[in-house]
Amino acid sequence: MGNIQFEQVTLQFSGVSRPAVNSVTCQVHAGELAVILGPSGCGKTTLLKMVNRLYEPTSGRICIDGQDIQRLQPTKLRQKIGYVIQQSGLFPHMSVAENVAVVPKLLKWPKTRIQARVDELLHLVKLPPREYRDRYPSQLSGGQQQRVGIARALAGDPEYMLMDEPFGAIDAITRRALQTEIIRLQQQLQKTILFVSHDVEEALRLGDRILVMQAGQIVQFDTPFNLLTQPADPFVHNLLGADDMVRQLGLLKVASAMTELPANYANDNQPSLESDDNLRDALSLILKTGAPEISVTRNGEPIGLLTLDHIRMSAVGANV
Amino acid sequence: MSYLRDNPAEVLTLLLQHIQMTGITLLVAVFVAVPIALIVTRYQWLEIPVIGFLGILYTIPSLALIIFLVPLFGLNATSVIAAMVLYTQVILVRNLTVGLAGISPAVLEAAKGMGMSHWQRWWWVQVPLVMPVFIAGLRIAAVVAIAIATIGAKFNAGGLGTLLFDGIQTNRLDKIWAGSIAVAALAFAVNGLLLWLEQRSTPVKALN
Repeated sequence: MGNIQFEQVTLQFSGVSRPAVNSVTCQVHAGELAVILGPSGCGKTTLLKMVNRLYEPTSGRICIDGQDIQRLQPTKLRQKIGYVIQQSGLFPHMSVAENVAVVPKLLKWPKTRIQARVDELLHLVKLPPREYRDRYPSQLSGGQQQRVGIARALAGDPEYMLMDEPFGAIDAITRRALQTEIIRLQQQLQKTILFVSHDVEEALRLGDRILVMQAGQIVQFDTPFNLLTQPADPFVHNLLGADDMVRQLGLLKVASAMTELPANYANDNQPSLESDDNLRDALSLILKTGAPEISVTRNGEPIGLLTLDHIRMSAVGANV
Repeated sequence: MSYLRDNPAEVLTLLLQHIQMTGITLLVAVFVAVPIALIVTRYQWLEIPVIGFLGILYTIPSLALIIFLVPLFGLNATSVIAAMVLYTQVILVRNLTVGLAGISPAVLEAAKGMGMSHWQRWWWVQVPLVMPVFIAGLRIAAVVAIAIATIGAKFNAGGLGTLLFDGIQTNRLDKIWAGSIAVAALAFAVNGLLLWLEQRSTPVKALN
C-alpha cells in the first residue's frame, strides 16, 4: 500500500470563474516520486494541499491507502504526511532539534526515542547533530534550513511526503545539491512523494513520473522519457522543450546504447563511465576527450563500449 | 535622600501600595487586552476603529478620567486602577495585534500542515513568537501605570504619590524629593526587569 488516489477531484473557490483544480483523476503509486509540473496558477499547489486537507475539494474524493481522507481527522491525517514548503517554515523560536522533534512530540513518542530520531535524521540530511542540533533557524543558510525542513518532515516516519516547491527560493548551485540529496534519500527511503515544481530540469531530474497541469487539469501524467518522446499536445512539447535532443539524452542510460565488450578487448586507458550514467554525460565525455570510443563499467569492471554513432542511433531511435 | 533614610517603614508601605496598584492594573489590563487583540486579529476591519477608540481614551487627562470614574467605583484605589486599565489598553492591544500579524504565514502553514491542533498552534507557536512584542508593550504600559498611580494619592488610594502631595501641601522639599526618587527608581527597576525578559524571549538572531 502507500498510494494516493485522486477521483474526479475539483476545487472551485468562490468568486472565481474557473475551478482551481478541475476533475483530476489519477493515481500516484507507492514509493513513487511524482512531480506536479506546470506554470504558476495551474492549480498544482492547490492539488497538493488537498492531500493534507489544507484545502477541501468541492467535489470528488482523495484516498490514501485506499481510505477516503475525509473519514480521517485532519490533524491525524497531517501527522502521517510529511510536509515541506518553499520558505522552509521552520519555527524561529525553536532550535533545529526542537523543530525536527515537533511531529514525534505530537505523536507522543517517548523522549529518548525522539532524541535518537532527531540525531538520526540530522545525520541523514548531512547536518552533524553535534554541530547543528542546538542552532536556531536564523543561524543557518537557506540550503541548511531546507535540509532541516526535510528532516522535520521525515521525523514521524511518514509513508507520504508533500513537497511544495521546496527549492524554489534557493540558489541554483544549492538547489542542485539538494536535488541530489532527494534522489539519494528516495533511493534509501522509498516514500510516496508528491513534489510541486515549476522547474522543468528539476522535474526531469527527480520525477519517476511527471504530472503536467494546465488551467486546473491534467494534461499528461507519464515518465520523463515518454513526456519528451510522446508529448500529448503542443503545450507539453513546448513546456518540456522536447526538441532539445541533449535533454533527451540526459534521460537515457549509457547501458541502453552500448555494445557488448569484444572478446579481444584490452583496456588501454580509455575514458570510462558507469553503466547507469546517462548519454548526455557520455556525449560530453566523448567531445571533451576526443576519444573514438569510451568503455562502460559496472562497479569498476568494463562491460561494454560506446561510440558517438551509438549515441546518434539512440537519439534517432527515441524519436521514431 | 535623608527622608528615605529616616522613614524606611513609611516609604516601604507606600512603595508596596504603589506596586500593588500597578500590579493589579497590569493583570486586569492583560486579561482585557488579549481577547480584544484576538478579536481584532480575527476581524481585521475592526483594527482601525478599536485602536482609534483606545487611542482617544489615552488622550484624556488622567486626573479628569479618574474623576469621571469616581461616581462608578467610589473614592478609592478601584477608580484609579480602572483608569489605568483603560490607559494601558491602547499600548497592549496594539502591540499584541502587531505581534500576531507579524508571524510569518509560512510558519503558521507549516504548523497546521504538520498536524498541530488549534490549541497546539496557539501555545507552541503563536504565544512564544508574539511574546517579545507583547512584553515590550507590557513594559511601556507598566511605566505609564507607575506614573499615573502617583495621582492615586489624591483619590485615597495611597502609593508613593502620598509623599509628593504631602510635601507640596506642607512645603516639605525633602518629602517631594523622596517621593520623586522612589517613583523614578521603581519605574527604572520595572523597566529593566521587563527589558531583560523581553530580550530573553526573543529568538536568537542570525550570527552574521
